Amino acid sequence: MTEYEQFSPSRRGFLGLAAGAAALAAAGAGTAARAQVATKAHIVILGSGAAGTALANRLVHRLDGARITLVDGRKQHLYQPGFSLIAAGLKPAGYSVSQTTDWLPSGVELKQDYAAQIDPEAKTVALQGGETLSYDYLIVATGLTLDHDAIEGFSLDLVGTEGIGALYAGPDYAAKTWAAASKFTEEGGVGLFTRPATEMKCAGAPLKHTFLIDDITRKAGNRGKAEITYAANNESLFGVPIVSEKVRMLFGDRGINAAYSHVLSAIDPGRKLATFDTPEGQKELGYDYIHVIPPQRAPQVVRDSGLSWADKWTDQGWVEVDMHSLRHRRYPEVFAVGDVAGVPKGKTAASVKWQVPVVEAHLVAQIAGDSTDAAYHGYTSCPMITRVGRAMLIEFDYKNNLTPSFPGVIAPLEELWISWLMKEVALKATYNAMLRGKA
Amino acid sequence: MKDLTFGTLIAVFEEIFGRGLFWAMVAIAGAITLAYFYVLIRDRAVSWRKFLWAQLSMPFGAIAAVLFVQVMTHSGFRDIGGPIDVIVLLMVAVAGAIGLAILVYTLESLFLRKSRPEV
Repeated sequence: MTEYEQFSPSRRGFLGLAAGAAALAAAGAGTAARAQVATKAHIVILGSGAAGTALANRLVHRLDGARITLVDGRKQHLYQPGFSLIAAGLKPAGYSVSQTTDWLPSGVELKQDYAAQIDPEAKTVALQGGETLSYDYLIVATGLTLDHDAIEGFSLDLVGTEGIGALYAGPDYAAKTWAAASKFTEEGGVGLFTRPATEMKCAGAPLKHTFLIDDITRKAGNRGKAEITYAANNESLFGVPIVSEKVRMLFGDRGINAAYSHVLSAIDPGRKLATFDTPEGQKELGYDYIHVIPPQRAPQVVRDSGLSWADKWTDQGWVEVDMHSLRHRRYPEVFAVGDVAGVPKGKTAASVKWQVPVVEAHLVAQIAGDSTDAAYHGYTSCPMITRVGRAMLIEFDYKNNLTPSFPGVIAPLEELWISWLMKEVALKATYNAMLRGKA
Repeated sequence: MKDLTFGTLIAVFEEIFGRGLFWAMVAIAGAITLAYFYVLIRDRAVSWRKFLWAQLSMPFGAIAAVLFVQVMTHSGFRDIGGPIDVIVLLMVAVAGAIGLAILVYTLESLFLRKSRPEV
């Protein structure tokens, strides 16, 4: 075997080259800071969930001298996109739990309390602890309330027992949901998977849970003993027609029944009977496992504040904002972002990721006496898990158009491993980067 | 994905592995790469004997990388659903193969330098 002279730079030259490369890399990693706007404004952000935290992190870099107050009584931050994985036994409950204070930048004041009253005329927020905050700008990012009481006979104590699951209720309830669902995957029987008729966060999650439990039952060799029914709230399986059709085909492939226009109104845990409101009146269905997702509404403090739409979603109370700027239509110093915003789509963390920079742009422009044409077009993303190991990366907007991030590479309506990898590996990381205001 | 910049990617990777582990891995990968160039320059030649061993290690690196990704993500070969999935799988395999080959070559050069005369 021969050796040949390749190239002969000196060792010193090599080290110099390496040092130069390192210096270049370090310079490239630094991001150019955007110009700061000086202000003495007091900005109150209600809610330190995905939207409130991400916005706070971005505003501290854009505003110089502003007073930013976050109001949230819950100490824990919940990574809600993880709930579906917890409820399928793929992650532990702790996967979704962190501390709110882990994510907050210095220079932001956290009031560990809940809002008791919002007065948009006087521009004040009264806290349950008795303190009253005056604001110049208000960001309503409270998220939404799960109305479990609306399902007669249901209570959160039941989750995990008697074949009852409810993964939306939190990471611990998601883990309990898996306790009930895993029994179904072993023993089979009748599985009912429901969704409410109200607007809801991540309308893909009820479907994901259905697909995951179907797949786990199948892999356990027990699918023959199981009958799985998805109860849709209307005549479609998903709000975007082209996606609904795809899900219909997948249901056909997996042997999942669809019961259209079946809205859960009551359960009888003792007799294992579920009552549904249907166009033909009430209908009772028996179950061995039922997944309950209750109706979802704006928190009572928001509904009492006069900020809600008066002529839309009157039973739900979402905040009356312009669908593109997310600015309140009657109070220009008020914005709503995240689940509580009264816009046709966008109750997901992916929507928040696109909404937050828009609110930031409008707020900073307003403070600077300027304007901006930054607009949110309804972008929502749903990594629709169709089995353990595969998902469809579905992205769409207000107009029900598909808006793929990687057109021609990652097909939105194909079940792909790469889409699953994104959900499993990259999604939480992207979410966390978003919380820090970096994505 | 909005604003997919280099900074965003770095932020995402920091979150995947944790900031400390990510930069430690970058440092290790960088150190191995630097050591690789160092031995190339020091020896002023590619040693084909060492390169042979490096090449022989490549399939193991490829398989190990693929299995690592599958175990970490609760998935398997049956989940390959389209062309992009095959491409991702191959990229993972190639990365594992090249990574291990560079590691093996570098370790041989650094520690087994004079153990055997070159033919």
